[in-house]
Amino acid sequence: MSATGDSAANRDAPGAPLEYVLRLGDTALVLAQRLGEWIGHAPAIEEDLGLANTALDLLGQARLLLAYAGEIEGRGRGEDDLAFLREESAFRNATLAEMPNGDFGDTIVRQLLLDAYQVPLYERLSASRDPRLAEIAAKALKESRYHLRYSSGWVVRLGDGTEESHARVQASLERLWPYTLELFDADELDRAVVASGVGPDPRAVEQDWSIRVDAVLAEATLARPATARYRWYGKQGRHSEHLGHLLAEMQHLPRVHPGARW
Amino acid sequence: MVSAAGAGAAESAPATRVARAHAVLATVPDPEIPVLSVVDLGIVRAVQVLPDGELRVGLSPTYSGCPATATIREDVATALERAGLGPVRVVDVLSPAWSSDWISDEGRRKLREFGIAPPTRVDAPLLPVPCPHCGSVDTERLSEFGSTPCKALYRCRACQEPFDRFKCL
Repeated sequence: MSATGDSAANRDAPGAPLEYVLRLGDTALVLAQRLGEWIGHAPAIEEDLGLANTALDLLGQARLLLAYAGEIEGRGRGEDDLAFLREESAFRNATLAEMPNGDFGDTIVRQLLLDAYQVPLYERLSASRDPRLAEIAAKALKESRYHLRYSSGWVVRLGDGTEESHARVQASLERLWPYTLELFDADELDRAVVASGVGPDPRAVEQDWSIRVDAVLAEATLARPATARYRWYGKQGRHSEHLGHLLAEMQHLPRVHPGARW
Repeated sequence: MVSAAGAGAAESAPATRVARAHAVLATVPDPEIPVLSVVDLGIVRAVQVLPDGELRVGLSPTYSGCPATATIREDVATALERAGLGPVRVVDVLSPAWSSDWISDEGRRKLREFGIAPPTRVDAPLLPVPCPHCGSVDTERLSEFGSTPCKALYRCRACQEPFDRFKCL
């Protein structure tokens, strides 16, 4: 399963495969970077704080996960090396996380769709047979529940708001919906982690996600979009054209000044 | 985070050293909310002397991304070494995850006096948050997030003052 099953953490319990931990860590990191782009630009100071604090939590989760990924890999790469020195095709984040911010409605819909995914995912990962992953997930879960409350509140306010806000947030939903398919489309790696008891069945996560999202959409008077036919596979390293630009900004400084410190 | 300093205390009995370490920890302030010690904040886990003489202190991070975490780790190690209780090693303890329920009663009182509404128990019913300035319950939440990861922003309609509230996590 894991290419480096001999790291310290993996000796006793089934360890998570490197690729799987990268999927979790990269999704948190890329989403944190996107939310960070709002700092100083949000519609109100409260939302600036909300998006920045959510970004900070996600960045913290990404650091824990990428540090663990580096240990699993066992080649001496730390969280910073993985975040700043990998190419686009080595990133394993869900494509949805890299979608541009758009307007506040686009950002908050993207956030709802990913918060409602991370909550049931982390709930199940808290019981992972990989003890390290389980403790990171249990920690992250509390934060993600808080994020979900925030994004749900805003989607309801915008959806059930004015004609303009309703129409715009419905359009955001239609635009972003196709990218959610990837989250639940089990590939070989997803099936392997289910078999080893490391990760949950994506279908179980999907059911929970659907219940949560549908409840918010109903309260927001928004319509659930039809299921799209095409799929993205950012989790396999095949990304949209947007990730490269995001990484260029995120990685510029450490690449130009290797080893730079505050 | 290992320090070689402070060989002096290493010979004293482990139980005494642990007791002294607890006393020192009660004086280490949280960098963001300096009225609270790391003990008040409920982040100190096991304090033990290992067979090799190392004093090991487990700390639970509050929020995954809290920028104060690294500072707290350093402050704790420095304070213990200065007290002659080294060698010290500070380790992160993720599980069980920290909860605002772990803030001590003393810590809650200090928060209130400092002008921050303390958190209620996570599973407690949702009640109005009393204003830490005037005590009125005629308050409203302005934002679920505030100036640090652990706080939300409120306003008192009675005394018109804004205030921070420690998030319930």
